[in-house]
Amino acid sequence: MTEPLLKVENLQTQFRTEGGLVKAVDDVSFEVQPGETFALVGESGCGKSVTALSIMGLIPNPPGEIVSGKIEFNGVDLLKLSGREMREIRGSKIGMIFQEPMSSLNPVLTIQSQLTEALRIHTDLSKNATNDRAVELVDMVGIADAKTRMKQYPHQLSGGQRQRIMIAMAMSCTPQLLIADEATTALDVTIQAQILDLMKDVTEQSGTALLIITHNLGIVARYANRVAVMYAGQLREVGEAVEMYTEPRHPYTIGLLRSVPRLDSEKGTPLAPIAGEIPDLTNLPSGCAFSPRCGWAVDKCFEESPLLEETSSGKKVACFEHQSVALNVQ
Amino acid sequence: MWRYIAQRILVSIPVIIMVGMITFTLVYIGPGDPAAIIAGDEATPEILEQIRADLGFDRPFPVQMGDWFWKLLHGDLGTSYFSRREITELITPRLQPTLSLGFQVVVLSTIIGITTGMLAAWKAGSRLDRNLMVLAVLGFATPGFWLAFLTIWIFAVNLGWFPVIGYSPIQDGLFAHIHSLFLPVMVNSILASAFISRITRSAMLEVLREDYIRTARAKGASELSVFLRHAFRPSAIPVATVIGASIAGLATGFVLTETIFAIPGLGRMLVDAIVRRDYPIIQALLMVVAIVLIGVNLIVDILYAYIDPRIRY
Ligand SMILES: Nc1ncnc2c1ncn2[C@@H]1O[C@H](COP(=O)(O)OP(=O)(O)OP(=O)(O)O)[C@@H](O)[C@H]1O
Ligand SMILES: [Mg+2]
Repeated sequence: MTEPLLKVENLQTQFRTEGGLVKAVDDVSFEVQPGETFALVGESGCGKSVTALSIMGLIPNPPGEIVSGKIEFNGVDLLKLSGREMREIRGSKIGMIFQEPMSSLNPVLTIQSQLTEALRIHTDLSKNATNDRAVELVDMVGIADAKTRMKQYPHQLSGGQRQRIMIAMAMSCTPQLLIADEATTALDVTIQAQILDLMKDVTEQSGTALLIITHNLGIVARYANRVAVMYAGQLREVGEAVEMYTEPRHPYTIGLLRSVPRLDSEKGTPLAPIAGEIPDLTNLPSGCAFSPRCGWAVDKCFEESPLLEETSSGKKVACFEHQSVALNVQ
Repeated sequence: MWRYIAQRILVSIPVIIMVGMITFTLVYIGPGDPAAIIAGDEATPEILEQIRADLGFDRPFPVQMGDWFWKLLHGDLGTSYFSRREITELITPRLQPTLSLGFQVVVLSTIIGITTGMLAAWKAGSRLDRNLMVLAVLGFATPGFWLAFLTIWIFAVNLGWFPVIGYSPIQDGLFAHIHSLFLPVMVNSILASAFISRITRSAMLEVLREDYIRTARAKGASELSVFLRHAFRPSAIPVATVIGASIAGLATGFVLTETIFAIPGLGRMLVDAIVRRDYPIIQALLMVVAIVLIGVNLIVDILYAYIDPRIRY
C-alpha cells in the first residue's frame, strides 16, 4: 500500500453562529491516494465545502474553527503549519476550483494577471515565461484564441469558459491535489460533462489526485475511483465507486441513488427524492442523524449514533442495520 | 473608452441647458424688482420704465432667456447691477481662492479618508477600527461652522499659529498661501474624510466577502496582496461616488467656509450678490457651480470606467 497523499483524520470543524454551534464537519476521516479520483458526495449543507476549506486552511475564523483532528498531506500535518507555510502549499501543491464560475474570478483583473498569479507567487519564472505558460494553460483547457483571451476580463467569457480558466488557474503550478467543489453544478448539463472530462484529463496527464465534491451521485460513477457519502457532517459510507451503485449499504446512499437520474437507469424509472428534511446542524436528532428520514431505522437508531465500520467486503459503512439493508437491496 | 467619454460629454449638454433654464426662471420669478434695486429709493415711475427698457426687462420672458443663453454661449455672463462691471471680470480674481481651497480639500480628504478606511477594514473588529469609526461618526455629526469657529478660537486666536482672517494669494508665495488657507482646508477635510473613510471601510469589507477573494487566497496570495491587489479596486467604485458627492457638498459648504474665514472666493461673492439682489451675478454663479458639478460627475463616470472594465465595454 502506498502512502496516501492526503489523510484526513477525525476532522472536526465548527462554526459559532447566532443559532448555536454548527458542527459542520464531525469526526471525518478519509484518505486520498496519489493520482486517484476521490468523490465526496452529499446533500446541500452536509459539510462538503467546509471539509474542502478545512484542507485548504481557508475556514473563516471567526466564526469557524477546526477544533480537532489531523490533515496530513505528504505526511505533514497541515493544521500545524504556520500561515506562511500554508500559503506556500495553497495554489502550488493543492489547487482548488469553486462552485460559482460567475463570481469566482476577479472582475477588474485581466485573465492573464489572474492566471499568472499562482506562478508569480510560487515560481521564479520570468515574466515572459509565466505569460507563455498562461497561454499554454488556456490552450490546454480548450479555449480558442488563447493569446487574445489574455487581455480580456472575466465578463467577456461564458460560464463554461470561466470554469475552464479556473481549472487552468488551479492547475498552473501542477499541484498534487486538485479539489473541485461543485465545479460543475452551476453549468448546463452538456457543459458539465465537458468540464468534468477536462478535469479528469488534465489531472490524469500530470498525475494529480482529484477530490470531486458533488451532491450528484450520478456524476461520480464515471469519474471517481472511490466515493465517500456524507450526511450531516459525518461520513456514512466509504468505498469503491462501482460498489456504491452495485451494493450500496447505507440507507442514505440508496436514497441518494434513487433521487438522481442516471445514464444507465431504465426509461420511465421514477425519481424518488429522499423523504423528510435536511437536518438542522445546530439541533441534530439524537442517535443516528439520518434516523428520522430512514425506512430501516430500528429503536437503537434513535438512541445511539453508529460509527463508520469496515464490513466484510472491505467497504466502510456507518449503520446498525447495514446487513439487513444488504439483504433487502440484493 | 473614448466613445464612452464622448457619450458622457454629449449627455451633459442637455443637462447644462436644463440647469440654465431653471436658474434663469427661478431668478426671473424671484422676489424684488431689479429696476427698483438699481434705481434706488427715490426713483420715479418714468425712471424705472427707462431702466427696464435699457436692460431689456420689457421684452417677453422667452426672448430674455434666449438672449441670456446667447450671451452665455459667447462667454458673456452679463453685467452686475450693483457695480455695473462685467461679471467675467468680477469672477476672475475670485476663482483662485475657491479652486485652491477645493483642490486641497479634495486631495487631503481623499488621502485621509481612504487610508483610515483601509486601515479600519484591515483591522476590522479591532480597537483601532472602533476608534477610527467613532472618530468618523463624530466627523460627520459635527456642524462645520462650529468646528470652524472652534479651530479659529484655538489655533488662530489663542495659539496665534494662523491668521484669524486674511487670504494670501499664490503669487505672494506658496507657503504663505497654504498657511493662510490651512484652517479652512483642515476643517473641510476632516468633515469630508469622515464620510469617505466609512464608505471605504464598508466597501472593502463587502468585497472581502466575495468569492474571488477566496479564489485569490486559494492561489496562495498573501493577505496584503489580497487586500491591495484584489479587493481595493472593486471597492473603489462606491468610494469614487462618495468623493464626487462630497465635492458637491463642498460647493455649498464653501459659502459658509469663505464667509467665516473671510476668504475672497466665489462663495463670498455669492453671499454678497444675494444680499444686494444682484441677480445677474447670482445667475452666473449658479451656472458656474452647476457646470463644475457636471464636470465632477463626468470625471467620476470616467473613473468608474477606468476602475471597472465591465463599464468600459
Ligand atoms: N462561514 C460560515 N459561517 C457559519 N456557518 C457556516 C459557514 N460556512 C458553512 N457553515 C455551515 O456549515 C454547514 C455546512 O456547510 P457546507 O458549505 O460545507 O455545505 P455543503 O455540503 O458544501 O453544501 P452545498 O452543497 O450547498 O455547497 C452548513 O450548515 C453551513 O450553514
Ligand atoms: Mg458547498
